[in-house]
Amino acid sequence: MAKNTESNVYTILFATGMVVIVGTLLAFLAASLKEKITENKRIEKQQNILYAMGVNENDESSVEFVSKNIVGSEFSKYITKQLVINGTEAVEDENAYLIDIKKEAAAAKVKGYQRKLPLFVGNKEGVEYYIIPVRGKGLWDAIWGYVAIDNQLVVQGVFFDHAGETPGLGSNIKERFFMDDFKGEHFLDGDLFKGISVSKGNSDPKNLDKTDFEVDAIAGSTITGDGLAAMLKKDLKLYLPYLKTLKQ
Amino acid sequence: MGLLSKKDLKLITDPLADNNPITIQVLGICSALAITAELKASIVMSVAVLFVMGFGNLTISLMRNIIPPKIRIIVQLIVVATLVIIVDLVLKAFAYELSKTLSVFVGLIITNCIIMGRFEAFALANGPVRSFIDGVGNALGYAGILIIVGFFRELLGSGTLLGFKVLGDPIEKTGVYAFGYENNGFMLLAPMALITVGIIIWVQRSRNEALIEDN
Repeated sequence: MAKNTESNVYTILFATGMVVIVGTLLAFLAASLKEKITENKRIEKQQNILYAMGVNENDESSVEFVSKNIVGSEFSKYITKQLVINGTEAVEDENAYLIDIKKEAAAAKVKGYQRKLPLFVGNKEGVEYYIIPVRGKGLWDAIWGYVAIDNQLVVQGVFFDHAGETPGLGSNIKERFFMDDFKGEHFLDGDLFKGISVSKGNSDPKNLDKTDFEVDAIAGSTITGDGLAAMLKKDLKLYLPYLKTLKQ
Repeated sequence: MGLLSKKDLKLITDPLADNNPITIQVLGICSALAITAELKASIVMSVAVLFVMGFGNLTISLMRNIIPPKIRIIVQLIVVATLVIIVDLVLKAFAYELSKTLSVFVGLIITNCIIMGRFEAFALANGPVRSFIDGVGNALGYAGILIIVGFFRELLGSGTLLGFKVLGDPIEKTGVYAFGYENNGFMLLAPMALITVGIIIWVQRSRNEALIEDN
């Protein structure tokens, strides 16, 4: 029997049927894989936090996280405390790393909301690290990362990631040559908060001057770099009252 | 050839040369410009398109007699989008690292006009097996150009290949940089991708005069 594929009734029935089939298929797939995906994201978070404080398997120039199998035990070994910050106060919370920074930032726009600011305290070979999660906007999409500082509030390591920056340009914020530049950088001038800018033509491409509050930008990714600097400024400032208590 | 007839084999070899989707049909240019600043991204994108194109063509071909002509473009879009989401979800669950690399390309695959072009031009009128082969052939033709462009852009623009510093270190001044060579940052920007594709088209047409239109 030849079908009349031109008729309106057939067209509507076909469209409805297709939407139902495709919708069911995708919903089923998403629901059945959800647990695995959430688990992957949790593992990634632990890897990122450890990476920032220097617990990783980096060689010369690549970015290598501690492997998936041991990340859980490494995380509990190196991260000694997880805190939620409120002004100069800190409360311990052993699942602070699961706090959704994006949701907290959105909720904080409502007046009177007490934003949860997670801070992770790590200890590696006797040195204390304070790891601050940051999140902001790049050129196309969200960028985020972790900044590890010591008790003198000097940056000891960072990890950055992005959702959709341009491959080969803005996406390079997660490459070693960019992230390594942050090691040793200061973001305070005495007591004055300066942040760290990502600047073009700072005549210090090897980044030898660690107290100029800037690192060398990546060519062709001005907006991503500016967004990253703005992100650091905005989020580090939130922790400042508490961080200053560490320095004394 | 036992496995493929001569006609079927042509479906694979044609898009590699004289009917290349990028240089001859001029499809898929947008993604060819956007992601070829480095070789690795070109390769990942090629593999993703290979999968979506092969199975998309297959699906459309199987449905070709029941698709209402009035909404066929929408149906094609749904098929591509569904395939892409499936790939994305499966990668996120089982190959998380790879999915991170791919994430930015997912949207680009959906908008890749080669896929829609082949659905319209081939899969709607041909059987499933031939459609699948045609999809794979065109994806390979696309991959070839992407990899050539990615190779030159990364080499001349960043002095690296797949992230390895093949030309030496530009800051420490080793390798060719010791002789005063500089990376050409312009290669990393989209206009140079267009010019690179243009050069490939030029070379191809000057070698095969049958490709030149007479007007």
